Amino acid sequence: MKTIADIMAIKEKMQREIILRDNLSENETRLVVGMATCGISAGARAVFNALVDEIAVRNLKGVKVTRSGCLGMCKLEPIVEVYVPGQEKITYIRVDAEKAKKIIASHIVNGNVVEEYMITNE
Amino acid sequence: MFRSHILVCGGTGCHSNDSAAIREKFEAALKARKLDKDVQVVTTGCFGLCAAGPVVVVYPEGAFYSGMTVDDVETVVDEHIVKGRLVERLLYKEKASHAAIKALSDTNFIKKQTRVVLRNCGVINPENIDEYIAYDGYQALIKVLTEMQPQEVVDIVKKSGLRGRGGGGFPTGLKWQFTKDAPGDVKYVCVNADEGDPGAFMDRSVLEGDPHALLEAMVIAGFAIGAHQGYIYVRAEYPIAVQRCKIAMEQAKEYGLLGKNILGTGFDFDIEIRLGAGAFVCGEETALMTSIEGNRGEPRNRPPFPAVKGLFGKPTLLNNVETYVNIPQIILKGPQWFTSMGTEKSKGTKVFALGGKINNTGLVEIPMGTTLREVIEDIGGGIPNGKKFKAAQTGGPSGGCIPASEYDIPIDYDNLISIGSMMGSGGMIVMDEDNCMVDIARFFLDFTVDESCGKCTPCRVGTKRLLEMLTRVIEGKAELEDLDKMEELCYYIKNNALCGLGQTAPNPVLSTMRYFRDEYEAHIKEKRCPAGVCKALLSYFITEACKGCTVCAKKCPVGAITGVVKGQHVIDQSKCIKCGVCMDNCKFAAIIKK
Repeated sequence: MKTIADIMAIKEKMQREIILRDNLSENETRLVVGMATCGISAGARAVFNALVDEIAVRNLKGVKVTRSGCLGMCKLEPIVEVYVPGQEKITYIRVDAEKAKKIIASHIVNGNVVEEYMITNE
Repeated sequence: MFRSHILVCGGTGCHSNDSAAIREKFEAALKARKLDKDVQVVTTGCFGLCAAGPVVVVYPEGAFYSGMTVDDVETVVDEHIVKGRLVERLLYKEKASHAAIKALSDTNFIKKQTRVVLRNCGVINPENIDEYIAYDGYQALIKVLTEMQPQEVVDIVKKSGLRGRGGGGFPTGLKWQFTKDAPGDVKYVCVNADEGDPGAFMDRSVLEGDPHALLEAMVIAGFAIGAHQGYIYVRAEYPIAVQRCKIAMEQAKEYGLLGKNILGTGFDFDIEIRLGAGAFVCGEETALMTSIEGNRGEPRNRPPFPAVKGLFGKPTLLNNVETYVNIPQIILKGPQWFTSMGTEKSKGTKVFALGGKINNTGLVEIPMGTTLREVIEDIGGGIPNGKKFKAAQTGGPSGGCIPASEYDIPIDYDNLISIGSMMGSGGMIVMDEDNCMVDIARFFLDFTVDESCGKCTPCRVGTKRLLEMLTRVIEGKAELEDLDKMEELCYYIKNNALCGLGQTAPNPVLSTMRYFRDEYEAHIKEKRCPAGVCKALLSYFITEACKGCTVCAKKCPVGAITGVVKGQHVIDQSKCIKCGVCMDNCKFAAIIKK
């Protein structure tokens, strides 16, 4: 037997999980993790999971994590590309779980690009 | 927290194509790669594109894989889940463009639809009440029980303009008001889920894909009219639907959304399932209630209407599955939202089961007022093999056909009646130039003759005689005056039969006679079937194009074809059973029928 408050709590909790099933729309922020063999062997899976968990913990709406294949820069993996609507794409390289959390906190939540993790021309 | 969801269709169509095995294989493959904590596998209801089944959708990408087999599972897991590469080969392709479509939401099939009743089908796991709650499930019930009076609920339904989706199109709000106003302490809420039309599977798909929506609507209805007991009358031929309804009821009871003192508000409502044995007549409301009472499913006279004297002699609210499922959203979003969709007198949307000669066989939901052309060409993907549209049958054995001349008619209750068809529960069977309309009429009449319960003479004897006359036309034995006799008999049955089954049984005959009288006349005057379907009027011939390869002679099951190698063969018409095997196997198109 549940109360109305229980039902509301279930709704709140489940909405965080099923948000994954919304269709990608143009005004959504996307984080794309390179998940080819190179990315995975460099630790992309841990990065992916860290991003997903951090978004869930912070209950961020309209932010999605998806995968892509090899970007052609295998030595820079794990790579995370961030697409914020209306802004230029930002590419982060050699990301790990800790860096992933910082990207969410700094870039996605506060809008400050984490320059130290960004790809450079070197 | 899962990072990816794999949705496997568990509707009847995909289920019969092994989707359960595909789901198990996904679970095993994920487990083998230690990904079972990262990726969730979910069985859902029908996605609608049954022709492309079994279908699988992988989120967050929304990648739409069609025609999956158990052997494809490993590929999808290795490529898509592990490496993040879409499996191009398995992505759905639209018939027109042949280009791979990435997401389900990008298909013309989905883009042109408005999903209200089907909103959760193919989105949630119907066996998980929490997922239903996530998509605003039971919110309407909470609102009704905590903020509203019964009359306010009835008023909202009235204002929405919702009409019965079972076929008749009676205003739902009025029905609710009549039942609410009927004197009596004990009242019932009933659901007609006895979907019997050949080719119709709308209600089944809703029960399979979103059973909680029905339960929620029933409790709301109980509150509005003052009932504490509900019955779902569903046919035993729908085992998956029945199973998911039972699971949903158990979960709802556990959560206190069904049973005594719902959500602590003091309102009691319980639901029972009654299985029907699959008699078409039990879809008729009085026969349905007689069957729930435990008697042989036979109709009775109306009035008294169920709203006054229904189940067990008590006032009963009886609506179709699709009608009920609209209710929670009307409560939540308001009647204005609902009236913003549709035409002047038909509001909201309608679900159709598309079948017959159409590329995208499946389940579609359109706003009322969408034209038949849009349904068939844009959503349905057109007619296969470049054939020409001839007619669409709506309303099953009770309805009629919409001919090509009415291709641009906006579909709503009143327009369909005006052209001699009806909305019906939503079966839509598409026919092309290869279909003989006389044969179609005979098919449906054959069905009603079988399904007539036999209680009243106009239906029991009348439809049988009508079928005999129609068979004479098909065999080329009829005279022109028989058409007038048939028409007279049709109207006699319509005016005198006891229930809806008999009153509508002649409709397919009347409507095909109205629009395709030339085909009837060709059968009678020229002893010819223009579409080349009616066997008695067909003969197969071998033309001079025959190369004497002997394939037809070898394939002929009755040995009716003779001839020498490299010489033109001949069919012995007295032996030929007109099976068409010779024509199907001829490599030189040397066999014709006329």
